[in-house]
Amino acid sequence: MAFDYEKYIRPGKLPHIWCPGCGHGIIMKGLIRAIDSLGLEKNNTAIVSGIGCASRLPGYLDFCTLHTAHGRAAAFATGVKMAKPEMNVIVVGGDGDGTAIGGNHFIHACRRNIDMTYIIMNNNIYGMTGGQFSPCTPTGAKASTTPYGNPDPAFDVAKLAIGAGATFVARGTAYHATQIDKLIAEAVQHKGFSVVEILDDCPTTYGRRNKFKSVIEMMNRLKDIAVPVKAAEKMTPEQLQGKILTGVLYKEEKPEYTTEYAKVIERAKGGK
Amino acid sequence: MAKKVAFLQGNEAGAQGALYAGCKFFAGYPITPSTEVAEVMSAELPKVGGKFIQMEDEIGAMAAVIGGSLAGSKSLTATSGPGLSLKQELIGYACIAEAPVVIFNVMRGGPSTGMPTGPSQSDVMSAKWGTHGDHPAICLVPASVQEIFEETVRAFNLAEKYRTPVMIMPDEIVAHMRERIVFPEPGELEVINRTAPSVPADQYKPYDTKFGDVPPLAAFGSGYRFHVTGLNKAEDGFPTTKAALVQAEEERQVRKVDANIDDIVTFEEYMLDDAEVAIVAFGSTSRSARYAVNEARKAGIKAGLFRIRTFWPFPDKQIKALASKVKAIITPEMNLGMCTIEVRRCAEGKAPVHGIFRVDGEPINPGQILDKIKEVK
Repeated sequence: MAFDYEKYIRPGKLPHIWCPGCGHGIIMKGLIRAIDSLGLEKNNTAIVSGIGCASRLPGYLDFCTLHTAHGRAAAFATGVKMAKPEMNVIVVGGDGDGTAIGGNHFIHACRRNIDMTYIIMNNNIYGMTGGQFSPCTPTGAKASTTPYGNPDPAFDVAKLAIGAGATFVARGTAYHATQIDKLIAEAVQHKGFSVVEILDDCPTTYGRRNKFKSVIEMMNRLKDIAVPVKAAEKMTPEQLQGKILTGVLYKEEKPEYTTEYAKVIERAKGGK
Repeated sequence: MAKKVAFLQGNEAGAQGALYAGCKFFAGYPITPSTEVAEVMSAELPKVGGKFIQMEDEIGAMAAVIGGSLAGSKSLTATSGPGLSLKQELIGYACIAEAPVVIFNVMRGGPSTGMPTGPSQSDVMSAKWGTHGDHPAICLVPASVQEIFEETVRAFNLAEKYRTPVMIMPDEIVAHMRERIVFPEPGELEVINRTAPSVPADQYKPYDTKFGDVPPLAAFGSGYRFHVTGLNKAEDGFPTTKAALVQAEEERQVRKVDANIDDIVTFEEYMLDDAEVAIVAFGSTSRSARYAVNEARKAGIKAGLFRIRTFWPFPDKQIKALASKVKAIITPEMNLGMCTIEVRRCAEGKAPVHGIFRVDGEPINPGQILDKIKEVK
């Protein structure tokens, strides 16, 4: 029997705003399958986002949903989680939202290791505002504000998260659709701050400026550059040139923030 | 039983007032001269099962308190001028999302870093005009340690009652002075909690005007699923660009305060019955003004004080009435005329309004005000 996505979609809220060929819908379906596989209770699950194309995702889903301000999703989500630690908190957003204007909140949420999952839908561009370069736009690429090629170096989101202290970091792509739900499910199950970066495509504002002839070409690129972590172990640095590792990149067990705060409450009540 | 009495600092009294009001979540960022609020909350909140978090910046702190409030906790943040500037975007978010939060802002010199340890009263315009767009504004300006406690309770009450952010803004002098405070007993001061929805979960709309201008607010995780956004929204909480819906929602948000001015505005009148010269003042400056009024009376001058306790909404009709019965109004304030503009607007030319402005980090002393009384009487 086909998977019933509608169970999790708010009636009357589709169609979504995303352009034909955009990978955000693929990721949303992956998130739904992940939530379904874990049996997360709708009433006990908050989905929080910032601003941008990706951040419109929560409005379509039938959970406690919070569409916040540009870059601030992780900080709002922190407030929700502190007030109700028993809730599952999932943050979704784009690369500009999460690593530029929201970069400070992102790295500090990583550092605190507060129990939530941050899904970064990385399409290398500010799509909603018309294709300005983001911290994840590759050097040399064309964007509406880099007409002569992007002079900026790009962030490696996964490395940023690991460096900042996230205790679970995974990467997938919109092409590898069936892997997305597994990565998200594992991330949500992890006790601590988990990051799932999903490489995505924006044919409308990135592809057309960077000589991609079709959405299929953009998707095929994601297929070609992705190398599973296990496979990468057997490859030489030359062979890994231009490739991007996918799968679970990092995982460690560390004290989780709200659990540690519960101990603070115990100490305060005990007068110690 | 004798009431609990203490010798307390203004900021400490603010934190105690928040606890009395049932605050269960504080998120902040260190900033002079408000840090004692955060310090007391970090020590006291966990004792009552509440949560304290020091965020990475002022914006993050504002975001966290809105998140905490939507998840059902009465939430507080504390800051000062530069922090207030940083929080402004999300204060607007709290306005449009209609999330009750309290912002405790201690006024120090500005603009920018200004004078971090110097007193000022120059954030009162930021309280109303700091965030973009049309929105409701409530701002309380206490003048004593006791009043900081009581007004912080009232700030929470107004936030919960009207589903909107409320600012309480002591100037640095009031925030850092130490005075005797008598703690109200539990139940002695009214404590208001937001109205929870009475409808079944599948019929809940977070901005349902069927229930009036202040619709009931459910908490995340309480069995009600709903959507919150900073976009212009319809009654169901989802974004809309339909002109009629946007217009109606915007007007309702502002009307929550505008239609309830008499419930919100508070003030104190001192020796105004026969006054020919009225001082209009707030915060620590009103204490100098009271002294000056007493001195003027001793010298046979009929002076009086109108003390503003609620700066926003502004006491328009009271000032208008005052202007039509006195010969002159004096507005001493630690800024370059922010309150004076409002008083002149309300006075409508019926009485001349003379400002006394200080922005040098020094308080306005009674002598300065007394000199002005003698000059304009």
